[in-house]
This record gives sequence, structure tokens and C-alpha cells, in this order.
Amino acid sequence: MKAPLSWLRDFVEIDMPVARLAHLVTMAGMEVEEIRIIGLPLPEPGSTTAHVSGLAWDREKIVAAEVTEVMPHPNADRLVLCRLFDGKEDHIVLTGAPNLYEFKGIGLLTPPLKVAYAKEGAQLYDGHQEGNVLTTLKRTKIRGVESYSMICSEKELGISDEHEGIMFLDPAVAAGTPLVDILGDAVLDVNLLPSFARCASILGLAREIAAITGKALTTPKFTPPPEIGSAAYATLEITDPQLNPRFVLGLIRDVQIQASPLHVQHRLKLAGMRPINNMVDATNYAMLELGEPLHAFDYDVLQKRAGGKPVKIITRTARNGETLVTLDNIDRKLDENTILVCDEAGILSLAGVMGGLESEVTDTTRNILLEGATWNMINIRRTARAQNLPSEASYRFTRGVHPAMAETGVRRGLDLMKLWANGTPDALLVDAYPQPKSAPVVEITPTDVKRWLGLDLNVLTIAELLARLEFKIEVSGDTVRAACPDHRMDIGEGITGKADLIEEVARIHGYDNIPETRMADILPLQQGNPQLLHTERTRDLLVALGLQEIISYRWTTPEKEGRRLPKTAAGDDKPYLRIANPLAYEKAFLRHSVLASLLDTAERNSRHAARLAFFEIGPVFLHSEDPSGLPDELQRLSILLAGQRSLQGWQKADTGAMDFFDLKGIIEDLLEGLDIPDVDFQLSDHLGFHPGKCATVRAGGKQLGVIGEIHPAVRERYDWGDTFKSPILAADLDMDLLLSLVPELTRTRDVPSFPAVIEDLAIVLDETIPAVESEKLIRQVGGKLLAELHLFDVFRGGQIGSGKKSLAYRLTYQAPDRTLTDNEVSQVRNRIIKRLDQELGAKLRS
Amino acid sequence: MSGLSILDELEQIATSAASELDTLESEEALLAWRNAYFGKNALVVKAFSLLGTLPPAERPLVGQAANRAKVALEAAYTQRAQALKEAALARSLAGESLDITLPGRPVQRGRLHPDTQILRELLDIFSDMGFQVFQSREVETDEYNFQLLNFPVGHPARDMQDTYFMDVADRGDNPLVLRTHTSPGQIRVMREISSLNPVDPPPVRVIVPGMVYRYEQVDVRHETQFDQLEGLAVGEGITFSDLKGTLTDMARRLFGPDARTRFRASYFPFTEPSAEFDIQCFQCKGAGCGVCGGGWLEIGGSGMVHPNVLRNGGYDPGRFTGFAFGFGVQRIAMLRYGINDIRYFWDNDLRFLEQF
Ligand SMILES: [Zn+2]
Repeated sequence: MKAPLSWLRDFVEIDMPVARLAHLVTMAGMEVEEIRIIGLPLPEPGSTTAHVSGLAWDREKIVAAEVTEVMPHPNADRLVLCRLFDGKEDHIVLTGAPNLYEFKGIGLLTPPLKVAYAKEGAQLYDGHQEGNVLTTLKRTKIRGVESYSMICSEKELGISDEHEGIMFLDPAVAAGTPLVDILGDAVLDVNLLPSFARCASILGLAREIAAITGKALTTPKFTPPPEIGSAAYATLEITDPQLNPRFVLGLIRDVQIQASPLHVQHRLKLAGMRPINNMVDATNYAMLELGEPLHAFDYDVLQKRAGGKPVKIITRTARNGETLVTLDNIDRKLDENTILVCDEAGILSLAGVMGGLESEVTDTTRNILLEGATWNMINIRRTARAQNLPSEASYRFTRGVHPAMAETGVRRGLDLMKLWANGTPDALLVDAYPQPKSAPVVEITPTDVKRWLGLDLNVLTIAELLARLEFKIEVSGDTVRAACPDHRMDIGEGITGKADLIEEVARIHGYDNIPETRMADILPLQQGNPQLLHTERTRDLLVALGLQEIISYRWTTPEKEGRRLPKTAAGDDKPYLRIANPLAYEKAFLRHSVLASLLDTAERNSRHAARLAFFEIGPVFLHSEDPSGLPDELQRLSILLAGQRSLQGWQKADTGAMDFFDLKGIIEDLLEGLDIPDVDFQLSDHLGFHPGKCATVRAGGKQLGVIGEIHPAVRERYDWGDTFKSPILAADLDMDLLLSLVPELTRTRDVPSFPAVIEDLAIVLDETIPAVESEKLIRQVGGKLLAELHLFDVFRGGQIGSGKKSLAYRLTYQAPDRTLTDNEVSQVRNRIIKRLDQELGAKLRS
Repeated sequence: MSGLSILDELEQIATSAASELDTLESEEALLAWRNAYFGKNALVVKAFSLLGTLPPAERPLVGQAANRAKVALEAAYTQRAQALKEAALARSLAGESLDITLPGRPVQRGRLHPDTQILRELLDIFSDMGFQVFQSREVETDEYNFQLLNFPVGHPARDMQDTYFMDVADRGDNPLVLRTHTSPGQIRVMREISSLNPVDPPPVRVIVPGMVYRYEQVDVRHETQFDQLEGLAVGEGITFSDLKGTLTDMARRLFGPDARTRFRASYFPFTEPSAEFDIQCFQCKGAGCGVCGGGWLEIGGSGMVHPNVLRNGGYDPGRFTGFAFGFGVQRIAMLRYGINDIRYFWDNDLRFLEQF
């Protein structure tokens, strides 16, 4: 919504700098996105959050002037020389403006033409360049004639993009007057939120400004208002008042269609609309001023269509298959949501969106039937969308226009048509308003204000604040009874209405004037959140283990995620949740795998990182059978490791590639850090993993997930560049299950106070026996006295013999209550050696 | 020997031994010196055994002199030995000097994602004010994402939240959406807590962090997936002034004791009055600069919970009031860490992440 300051001033006094006004309007909920300066001084930098554009006009160098004669140029057909008086002296000014050709060589002009004149050194926009490029007017010679000043076009002054000809000023202006005193202005471009639909007009915005600044609002008066009655020129039929609450018609006869007055054209341009002719301009002007979109029909066309019968206007929804050629000459197919304005011969227009071609006002139109109506905003929204027809009218109708405005709008439109086109309005308006909207009446008290806002306002202050917004107020005792004015649709009834009024009180009083307090209300019951606690603990543990946390986009494609499985595999057989309106195909599917996100991340980073070690905790999305239809959002923890074990410094470091056991160490440490008991790892075969380097992790007998090396064939499906050769290790765990396994309480062991006996034990056993078997057996036989068991060497080859391996353990014997004797220790040791031999065929390594 | 000659000799030895000691530079020489002056035949030792041969009157004099000489030499010896040891250590340390400008040994430090780091800070701030964390789902029904939050079907306010719809079987007016805000959590948490005691529902004070989605082209400042933090307080004495105070407290903790907030009137269907809240730019203190533009940083939306929303959550709006707010976690992180491009967050380039 573009509002010129000069137009707002028709309705409210504005006595502050434009930046201050923009600030107040913004703070009250109508965000001023841009201030376009037309000649006025530019606001101080930093004085406004709005974007500032436009040009300040120098008072001395840009003035009104009169052209008294237009003479041909001696050397150029397309240039003319103007004799011009700038209030002080005469000049000869060169210009190429085509709109001066008609005056060329006809001698002295009476009256003279009033123009905008820029002197040497004036700052203007370059009329010959795209956009707004600043330039300074310099003395030069054009085709042998000295030039040091110019007559300006609208573009050069920053008023519009018009550069076809020079701009003419009102004949009444005096030569020498600084142009800024005549046309200086600023246009506020206001972003209106849905609840501010009432402000989609100059009057609406002026009303808010009046309320915010405490000034009086001047409401427009119309010359003689036609009466509502039963007119002979047309009848009305509304089929569905829900879709078309009100329809008002007026008729004006014998209009003379021509260009609108200059100041009207100027205002329309500033407000962002193109002047067309006085009839179209009148409807647009009334709409911009009051917020009610109007539509003008050529009444003679309607009469012809009625074939001698009286004109009857009918509103209804479209029937399937109906079409209409709109005034942009497009044949449009209509759906059943589209509301139509029809006569008995057929469709006239798309209600609230666009008129039909046939009944459009043309240069030869004599009599105009003027429509002011209100429509169901949801249907208009659908139609404007379906037909891709955003317009100033649909902008307003899709936000809601009060039915009262239909009548006011038609009155204003007829008034302007009469003023600008000498037409004669019919004495009667035709009105169909089947279910008049009653104004909500809401009661509020200082207690309500205190309860909602924490602000002490007395009843009279509340009444005064609401009265500024034209609420009709009655005060009785401590209660303000406020009746909603006839231009707003956003005030509800009952408690909702109360909230609506509280907001208005807060806005007009000023949010800045509401105190800041700390909550005094009782503190709700405080509860633990183990889910969050342990998730954050998991993050901390993984970070302590040297991993980088990452967070990925939730979307992917089946193809992208499919890469985590071998090419030959059938792929992910579960159906994906798909976004119906994705930004791109790449962002159309919700992920099934956090591990896939990690693999993608690893791939991208492999070009510039020698070591990849990261994790992500986040959801995957799977269809579920839940009656709500909502998918399962399952939390996963995935880890990826690849590349150098240690980073290469200048000293010796273990920079070998990380392997399965690096990953397993992290998993073991993590689970231990979370106090999760009964963890074991089982060799297993998982799709996408190396069959010999993959394990299922279990805890408490439940499968937590899988860890292992990514299958070389899967690894190949990603692009690792030329230098990144290491195997990729990955863990994919069920985070929900993990969290459920974290015990509520844990116990700590005492620090031993009696000395330990430490021994090494090296055994040789068959390669086929997993190390965990001997470890389990040693722990079992060692019992309580075996405080610690640590595998410190695995050896193959040499004297060990093929098919065998040697495992070397360090055993720590310790009792909590006494110093162990050599005898006790050797008994245990001998039992361990014997059982290892008996059960696993393990021999002591000699 | 006579007593006098012994005395003379002791004196001479004490002087010469002491000056000899000062010339010694090695452990071995020190040992030889010690053997020479404290050995069996050394006079300071022998003198005591000679005492018996002296006339009784001379004995004390000689004895005392011998003792003095012994003590003096021993002290001189200890001092010299210590000096030699210190000199040796100094020589050895001098040889061990490092080029301390060489870089330290690289350590693999893990790091939290910057979003998590800021989120934790925020959770701490709100936790101190009694807000507890409530988590809510990311795929939502239209009902929870919009209708129960006072966005009727077809309402223009829906245009303010460009929505991703899920491609599922026709659900009429209740399609599945990717939540456009964390506000459905308001309904879910209010329903959960009010259901504990529908007649006299307990107060609510929660924050709901989580990922939200807007159908929006991605650029330096706009993301289509972003992390939001929602706050909700419902009770019998919650006011707009409490909302202002709470968010100002947050601003102070994030940006220092002088931080100021500003509330601008706005519109959200689920709050009334509604306000956008800004924090005064910490770079320019409100004067206007490249970070802020006009002196204030836009942070998020807030307001008093709309009566319809309270009712939908199981709270009688005639009795309860509440405030709610929501803002982008990344927005705070960008301000705090001077991050210029919002797209860095989920792109997971380690060269970005390793800076935190
Ligand atoms: Zn700043």
C-alpha cells in the first residue's frame, strides 16, 4: 500500500518529519518498508528502519517556470528552444520533449506553460538511463547551442518512470516557486498485515495516524449524496449473501471521458497506479482513498444486452465449464468457486477480480453503471490465485472489506465522476444488503487491561484511546462499552472482542509505554526431562571423543539415499514421505537415514579434510499406521569416521587410516559413558556394510544398531576425489532405544585400598575362537578377585603356527577387604589356565 | 710437633685448602680435595689424635682450632659442591632449550554444532526463568499447525507462512504439512498439561525448540529449514508486561546488561495483542550500522495467547492468560558469531563448523 503524504494530509494534520511518522506507523503495526522521497529533504541516515529512496530537490536550483514561447532549433528538427521565465530572468532552454512540438513556432503562448525548471548544478536522475541514476546538470553545448539548464520530465525528478515528455505543472503556480513547495512529497510504502485490512486506503491509514498522534481526523464529505431507493435503471439479485454480502449500484449519465486533472494523475502515479481516463481514474481514486474497489460498466452495453427489458444484475457462482473473456482479452475457464456478476444475458465480470471485455468502459461510453460490492474473501482469494490475477481490487477483497464501504465507495465514485466528467448522477442508489452486519459491541474494564497488559489505565483513558479509532463509546462506572465502527471487520464478540480491544488500547497507548515486569505468577511444577538430559549427554560424550556434531537438511531423494546400499540391492523398500510442493526434486523427500546424510557430508568434505569424524542426532520419517495419519519421527544417532587417526603435525604421529576398532572404541566409550550395561557386539552381515567388518551392537539383549566399515562397493558410489583413500566407518543406532536403556541410577565402585597383584597371561588358541570367548571365560573363572582384565597384545605368525593366534592379557587381582596372598592368586591363575585349556583348547604361550 | 706449630699449620691449611677449593671444577677434583683434607692423614683429622701428646695447657687451644678448621672446610666444601651442581644443571638446561615457536601437537577436539551451542545457551537462560523444554513433532496436521492456532481454512494469514504440504492421500481440510513454526507445540503442551486436571488446569511455562520449514527460496538471509525456539507461559497472572520483561531478560543475558528490547505492534492469528520484538543493535548501540540498518535487530514474534488458542489448549480464556514468543535460533547465532550466510548451518562444511 503506497500512501503519499500529501494525500494523507487531506484527512489528518501531519506536523512531524516523515521518518518520525514512518517510525510511529511502523511501531503501531503497519510496517513502513520504504519511504520514497519526492523532492523533500532526505531523512537523516539511521533515523528510520525503512528503505529510503528518491531525490531531494534543491530549493534554488529546481523551481517552477513558465514557457512563453516554443521555437524551432536552427540545426535539429527534433529539438526545440523554449523561451522561459524562472521568476527572475528569461532563459532560452533546449529540449527534445515531444509534448512541446505542438507549441513549436506558434508564437507567444497565452497562458504560458508551467514547467519544472532545473538550473545548472541541480541534482537529478538521468532520464536516459535505466533506473534511477543520479546526475548533476552541467553546462554543455548541444548542436551548437549553449545549454546550462533544462525542463524536467517526471523521471528526471524521481516522480515516475515517465520520460516521454516534460512534466506540466498546474497553470496556477507562480514562476520561481521552489518546486519542492509545490510537489514536494513522500510516499510511504506500507506492508499491511491481514488484520490491518482496514488500512488499505488513504483514509484508513490517516485514521490510524490521527489515533497515534492524537490529531483530529477529517472525514470526507460528498456533494449531494444520492439516496438509496428503488431505481428504474437497474435491479439487483444476490444469490448467496455469504458470498456477496452487499451490492450497491449507482448510475451517472452523460459523462465526458477525457484525461483526469493533472493533480489526480499525479496522485495516482505516486500511489502506484497508472492514470487511464477520468472514469477509470475515479474508480481507482475512490478505491485508494476509501478502500472500496469499484467497477464501472458501460450502461448502454448492459441495456443493449437486456434487449429493452430493465437491466438486472445477478451475483452467483460459476457453473462448471462457463467461460468469460476478461478485459485483458483472455478467455478464462471458471470453476465453481468463482463468484460472478451477471445480467440476464450472461456473465459480466469476475466479481472483485476483473471485469469482462464486453461491458468495459471505453472512450465512447456515455453512461456508467457503478458497482460497489463486498465479497467473501476466501472465494476471491481462490479465484485471484486460480486465474493468477493479483490486482489492487483483489488485494483489498482478499483481506476483507466491510459492507458499509460499498455504499460509501459508490457515493465517492459518483462524486468524482461528476466532478471530473460533468456527469449527472441518478438521484437514487440501488442497494442489496440482505443480511446487514451488526456492529460488535464489546465491554472492557481497567481490570481487563491490567489482567492482559499489566498496565494501569483508568476507564476514561481507555475510552479515549478507543474513541480515537472511531469506536462508539459508552462509559458506565468502570466499564467501557465500545461499538465497532463501520469500516473494520477484525473485531470479534465476547472474550475474543475483548482481546481485540485490548490490542487496540495497547497499540494506541504505545507498546513502549507498557512496563517490563518479571513473571509473578506461580512457578509451574518443575519436572526432569531425562530424554533431553541424556540426548545432550550423548552429544557431550561424542564431542569429548573427538567427534564434530553436524545437522543436516531433513530432505533428500530416494536416489541420493539409495547410494548407502549396494547398487545391486533392491534399495530402500519403505515408501518415502514426499513433499507435494518442493522447492526442487532434490528437496522433495523426507529422509529415511541419518547415516545417508553423514555419507553425503563426508563426500563433500573429503576434498579438504584428511580426517572425517562426525555425528548427527536427528529424526528420520517413516509412514505409520497411526490413525492420525502422521508419520513416525524416529530419532537416530549416526556416526561416521574416515581418514587419518591422528592429524599430522611436525612430530611423529599415528596417521594411519582409522579402522573398525577406532569406531568400536568410540561406541564402547559412549555406552559406558551413558552407563548402559550388558553391551555386546556380534559379527553380522548388513546391507551396505563390509561383511567381515560389521557388527550388531546390542545392549540388554536389544539391538541398538549396526557399526562397521562401509562396503567397498557402496564406498565407490560416492565421489571421494583423487586423494581420499581411507575406508569409511559408520554407526547407525536407534537413539530412542539408546535413551530408553540409560539407567535412572548408577552406582560407583570404591577406590581400592589394598594392593593389587598384577600378572600377564599369554595364551595361544585357534583363530576361529573369538577373543570375546576367552575374555568371558577368564572373567567368569577369575570371579570377584579379578578386578581388571586388559588385552594388550594380539599376535599371529612366527612360532605360534598357522590357524592360531596369541592373546596377551594383563590381569589385576585385588580384594576390597585384604591383601591377597601369593597362594590365593596362584590358585585363581591355575584355575583360569585349566579352564581355558579345557573349554577353548587354549595353551599358555611358552 | 708442638702445639704452636700445629696451630700454625692448621691456619695455613685452612687458608690454602679453601682457596684450592675455589679452583676445583669437577666432581673428581672435589673428591680428591676431600680425601686430601679429610682423609686419615689430613691434619684436621690427625690433630685430634695428637692432642694427647701436647702439654695439657695447650690442648684446649689446639683442639678448638682443629675443630674450627674442620667446620670451616666442611662448609666451604658443601658450598663449592652445591655451586658445581648448580653450574652443571645450568649447562644441561642451556642445552635443552626448545624452539617454543614450533606448533603444538595436534589434538582432535570434537565440537558441538553452533546451532546446538546457542540453543543450549538459550535453554539455560529460559530454564533459569522456570521454562521447561517440550519437544514436538515436525510433520504436523493442518489442524495443529493452523486451525487450532486460529488460522481458519482459507484465511489470508496463511499467506504469511508459505507452507510445504505432504503428498499423502486426500485429507480434505486437514492435510499434512511440515510445521511452519513451533507453535503447534503450544496446543500439544497445553492439551497435555490441562488434561492432568481439566477442571483446574495447572500453569504452563515451556519452551519448544525445533526445526521448522517455510516454502521460501534460500539465500544469504533466508532458509527454508530453520531452527526455532517457541516460548509459552500460561497462568492466572501472565501479562504482556511479563512478556516484555522476559524477553528483555533474555536479551540482557545474550547481549549484555545494557541490552534493550523494542516491541512493535504486529499480527499473528494465535496471539493478541501481537508484537514483533527487536533487540537494540549491540554493535552500534542503536545509532544505526551495517549490521542492523536502523539501530534495531529484528528477532522474532510474540504476543498474548489468543483466547481461541487458550480454549483449544484446554484453558478458559476468561480465567487464564498467557504469552508466547518465537524466534530463529540461527538468527541469534548469526548475530553472536558474526555469521554472514545462513546457508552455512546445514551445509556442514567442516571449514565452517570447526570455527566453533
Ligand atoms: Zn547497528
